[in-house]
Amino acid sequence: MDHGKKKDAPLKTADLLDSKCTRRSFLKGVSIAAAAGSAGLVTGGCGSVASSEEAKLKWDEFFKKNYRMMTQEEKDATVARLERLAKLQRGLDTRISTQEPLDNVLYGYAFNITRCKGYMDCVEACVQENNLDRQSKTQYIRIFEMDPGQLDPTSGDGKYYHEVPVEDKFYMGVQCFHCENAPCIKACPTKATWREPDGIVVVDYDWCIGCRYCMAACPYWGRRFNWGDPVVPKEEINTKQHYLGNRMRWKGVMEKCTFCVQRTRQGKLPACVDACPTGSRVFGNLLDPDSEIRFVLKNKKVFRFREELGTDPKFWYFMD
Amino acid sequence: MFVYEKSKEEMMITNPKKGLVAFILDCIRWTLSGGVAYYIYLAILLVIMGAGIYAYGQQFQEGLIITGMSNIVSWGLYISNFTFFVGVAAAAVMLILPAYVYKDKDFHEVVIIGEGVAVGALVMCLLFITVDMGGPLKVWHMIPGIGLFNWPSSILTWDVLVLNGYLALNALVPFYILYCNYHDRKPVGWKYLPFVFLSIFWAVSIHMVTAFLYQGLPARPFWNNPLLGPRFLASAFAAGPAVIMMVLIAIKERTSYPIDTTIFFKLKRIIVVAAVINLVMLFSEVFKEFYTFTHHSLSAQYLFFGLEGHDSLVPWIWTAIALNIMGTLLFAFAPTKSSSSYLMVAAVSLFTGIWIEKGFGLIIPGLVPSPMGEVVDYTPSSYEILITLGVLATGVLVVTMLIKPALVILSRYKEGLKQPEADGL
Repeated sequence: MDHGKKKDAPLKTADLLDSKCTRRSFLKGVSIAAAAGSAGLVTGGCGSVASSEEAKLKWDEFFKKNYRMMTQEEKDATVARLERLAKLQRGLDTRISTQEPLDNVLYGYAFNITRCKGYMDCVEACVQENNLDRQSKTQYIRIFEMDPGQLDPTSGDGKYYHEVPVEDKFYMGVQCFHCENAPCIKACPTKATWREPDGIVVVDYDWCIGCRYCMAACPYWGRRFNWGDPVVPKEEINTKQHYLGNRMRWKGVMEKCTFCVQRTRQGKLPACVDACPTGSRVFGNLLDPDSEIRFVLKNKKVFRFREELGTDPKFWYFMD
Repeated sequence: MFVYEKSKEEMMITNPKKGLVAFILDCIRWTLSGGVAYYIYLAILLVIMGAGIYAYGQQFQEGLIITGMSNIVSWGLYISNFTFFVGVAAAAVMLILPAYVYKDKDFHEVVIIGEGVAVGALVMCLLFITVDMGGPLKVWHMIPGIGLFNWPSSILTWDVLVLNGYLALNALVPFYILYCNYHDRKPVGWKYLPFVFLSIFWAVSIHMVTAFLYQGLPARPFWNNPLLGPRFLASAFAAGPAVIMMVLIAIKERTSYPIDTTIFFKLKRIIVVAAVINLVMLFSEVFKEFYTFTHHSLSAQYLFFGLEGHDSLVPWIWTAIALNIMGTLLFAFAPTKSSSSYLMVAAVSLFTGIWIEKGFGLIIPGLVPSPMGEVVDYTPSSYEILITLGVLATGVLVVTMLIKPALVILSRYKEGLKQPEADGL
């Protein structure tokens, strides 16, 4: 949608002049063009001035480094470009954070399979918080409706669509398990995905080449690919973003749950934990002996999914 | 395939000047000269390539969403064909090994054709990888120095190294030999033989590494099987020589380049041994999957019999097995038969059988059921099929463009060797 408009921009200059070109944006366009020293662009009208600025920003974006190789100045520069691009392309004021991991923090997650009733408020909150593609109905979290006598979510029904809870069923949520020994990280040919010091497995969307080897390597189906350009209605876009988290993605790149890095590094809970009406989701710092997650690990019977693969997930299931 | 006729006199016409420029110009001239049938053949290839380029343009604009792939079947026709053609490329070693190690004269005559096929197959492999990528413009992220190359951790980076290395070996060695022959010189052994022997080991490595791409993933029990690498080699050494045989038959039938029939017997023997080993390993895998039916056998169940009502691969895999067995039997029995049509049928059936079995018969079931137990079918979209055909046509064109001038140069060189004797009389 946005991209369609962009492509047409040079052709429909007259339309743009009518509809979009206010005096202020025109003057701003002129000043930018003048600064760029290309007077010819001005005659093209404000539409092409904006798109030439956009082209310049995209050009610079194309040649930037992997996030982990950037200095703080370079990070600030790319954030400034991305925020400006969001303004130009979507007319949105976004804030993209590059906040570093907090000291002495290792995130862990526990899921109470006794309590979860399958309401899927977590899924909804995750979609909203992380700007997930509405077109393909991308979800990081999936809830499986399980029959008693089973503990393997692959035996459950991940597509249930009826009133919950159902008698004699229980519910099991899965998402990226943020493995300590993550097969996806090993697989990536460009080091576009890695584990942060606080245990969050992240993707540098700009660095990902879209080969999907990580997807084949993940034993938990924790990764999602953007087959087309993701669509999020403008009014629903969450503008509080993180470079490694919920900033807008585009076609051809991999994405995944980031434990809501934009929230958790500010001391908040992930959106799914916040949204859960039954308190089935426990999140916290594994290095803090007084945290709730440590209490669960110490006092409950816990297990992990596919422990035999040696991936060492930071996601446990437990029951009351 | 190679529809062209050529009179000897025409072949003899060369640029009086020598050197690299003359060499390249002559090669281009020889590639472009031919009869009407040859031009029709070239035109068909170019039309298919054009359709592929158009379809890729669409995919580039819209994204991979216009393919039949999904978050569950995340690799499809492109990666299937990539996997198969790595095998075809590796199979050149089946000509190089006897030609250089056992100094087999017959193989020596045709080794350059095998190398040409290998280069064409590698071009296809690299194109299949490129069209499969979500961000093809970002390939430079993989180049060491300016990008980040996750070597040695990622097997994909190993594959990048071995495939490009093998391409270089198989392009440069024939280039050197032909360049010398073009100038009526004998190639100097020490300048190229080390690379020939290197390429023998390298051929094995490209296919093992490609198998390790899949074999190294515990997430996918269907692939996570130590037999995968050896089986890749066995099927490659059956299917690859079958392709080379098809090319040789085409050359024999359509050109004046002499191809001795003994080469067909020798190739046949290689194919039979490799095909039988491949079938034995296939049987061993099928036994393991179905005698003790475990949770890990679901992919095999999906492939051979269908699962939860999804059975799109079932007719394909049984066709593949039938073709596999038929091709093997045709090659194995009637060992004296060397009529071109008989061999062509055998080669095509074996090639097609292995193409299905090792292409999407291997890739798709590895991804189904998904790690969360979901079963879906995969049907390639028409765009995807057009792009695939475009890549295949490109590969065939590359092979044609390499082999056609090569044969002219070799014929001329051989003529030139005879010439002094004639003068002496």
